[in-house]
Amino acid sequence: MAGLEVPCGETLGRHKVNGEVEMKKSSAFIMVVPGLVILAVCLFLPLLRVIVPTFSDGEYPFSAYISFFQDEYYMTIFFRTVKIALITTAVCMIGGVPTAYFISRCSKKWRGILLAVSIFPMMTNSVIRSFAWINILGSNGIVNRFLMAVGLADKPVKLLYTEFAIIIGSVYLFLPLMIVTVSGVMENIGDDMMEAAQSLGANRLIAFMKVIFPMSLPGIIVGGILVFTGTLTAYTTPQLLGGNTNMVMATFIYQRAMAVGDWNGAAVISLIMIVVTLIVIKGFNALANRLDRRGESNG
Amino acid sequence: MGKNKLLTAVAVLVFAFLIIPLCIITVTAFGGGSAITFPIDSFSLKWFANVFSLESFRNSFLTSLEIGLLATVIALLVGIPAAYALARSGMKGKGILKSVFLSPTIVPGIVIGFVLYQFLVLTLRIPVFAGLLAGHFMVTLPYVIRVVGSSLDQFDFSIEEAAWSLGCPKMKAFFRVVLPNITSGISAAFMLAFINSFNNIPVSMFLSGPGVSTFPATLMNYIEYNYNPTVSAVSVVLMAATMLIMVIVDKTLGIASLAK
Repeated sequence: MAGLEVPCGETLGRHKVNGEVEMKKSSAFIMVVPGLVILAVCLFLPLLRVIVPTFSDGEYPFSAYISFFQDEYYMTIFFRTVKIALITTAVCMIGGVPTAYFISRCSKKWRGILLAVSIFPMMTNSVIRSFAWINILGSNGIVNRFLMAVGLADKPVKLLYTEFAIIIGSVYLFLPLMIVTVSGVMENIGDDMMEAAQSLGANRLIAFMKVIFPMSLPGIIVGGILVFTGTLTAYTTPQLLGGNTNMVMATFIYQRAMAVGDWNGAAVISLIMIVVTLIVIKGFNALANRLDRRGESNG
Repeated sequence: MGKNKLLTAVAVLVFAFLIIPLCIITVTAFGGGSAITFPIDSFSLKWFANVFSLESFRNSFLTSLEIGLLATVIALLVGIPAAYALARSGMKGKGILKSVFLSPTIVPGIVIGFVLYQFLVLTLRIPVFAGLLAGHFMVTLPYVIRVVGSSLDQFDFSIEEAAWSLGCPKMKAFFRVVLPNITSGISAAFMLAFINSFNNIPVSMFLSGPGVSTFPATLMNYIEYNYNPTVSAVSVVLMAATMLIMVIVDKTLGIASLAK
């Protein structure tokens, strides 16, 4: 999830001068080679080695993929995963964008404090963050005991091990990421924009909708990509909060490979996850770049 | 400047949503009963004692520390020169090369673990620990490339050129002029890469074996079979460590350096 950058400003170091000052091609080559070799041996080669055989698996080329998209059970898992990722992204935007805006309007001291409060959950292990929701949603958890104490339920309501639990856990996991990403962009917009809009007669809401929101839209899209792809590929939260009946793609890979021994099936799902991630990243990044006029110089 | 009430209300709700679950865990860690209850019936520190007495926790904690540090150091050794070359040279296809270096981020962690287990461990018979290290290298490398890269983008290379023109060899200029100017970027990259490796689970799911299991994976396994305040106590210990790290980072690099 680290691969995206909020498009902003023009990069320095462009003042590359001819001849002498530019780095020799051979020394640049030596500097990138070790990294490339490790990537090739420890990522690209294993990926190819595992995924390429799936193309010829079955009676005709790509039949493993065709039967994946024809299988009702597989499709249930695929669409469940996409649905959870979409809802999570929407909720993170609804909660995260106003919060980011709130942070960007605070004094410098409060901005630091609120940023720290947002970063802290990001630095906390996702097992712990999911565990928190087991305590809240479980049959003997806080919500159920409250419901029974006030008489709204006479037996525990099933909240844990549902899609709802995965969504809440995913929002909890990725909301800080949304806040931090968007507030970074909003801080760069600056107060003078807002003041200019207000002095020209716009009220706060209109100034936000017409000035701040459009200007931070590229950042919001980038935050959205991070949340969507993060949820789509998340393993820990669905495993702990979804249980065995609410499999998503990441937990399904593990189950196919380890419990069933269907290594080819796991490889098929792997490629589908990579392709969906790539499409979302490339597509929406292009959109963010187009919206971001300042990003033109970044190419 | 009049504060918008609706905006404040949303922000308060969001922060309450973020903080309260972690506060609940913290309280339950001090419970005296054998089941997790909130609020707690009695006060006890026994779950903390339990955390430190469990051998599987201790061993896996050391494994995670070792893997995280090794992966981060290797990623820095490999990533800093690469980031420098990407920022400095007029190589063709620089954009493509940068996306190659960031490509581990588009491969889901569980998939990285899966293909490394199949290829490195099962096919090439490389020890699980080395496979796990390779997986965590993929987690850490993009942070180094990105954070050190953005640090280099801010660096005024005319300083380095001044050193060259005064007769300083290029290698020496890199170590004496460039590196000291990007140390905050390197430190931030180190922290981010290490924390994310330490916390990572999906990459490690397949890459475990006898005596090789990361801390979060062990914790997750423990949760699936036990439901008692031991996990709450572990969480409190880890959160305290996280806070300590954040305070140190805030005092040295500024808290915003973790927001990358």
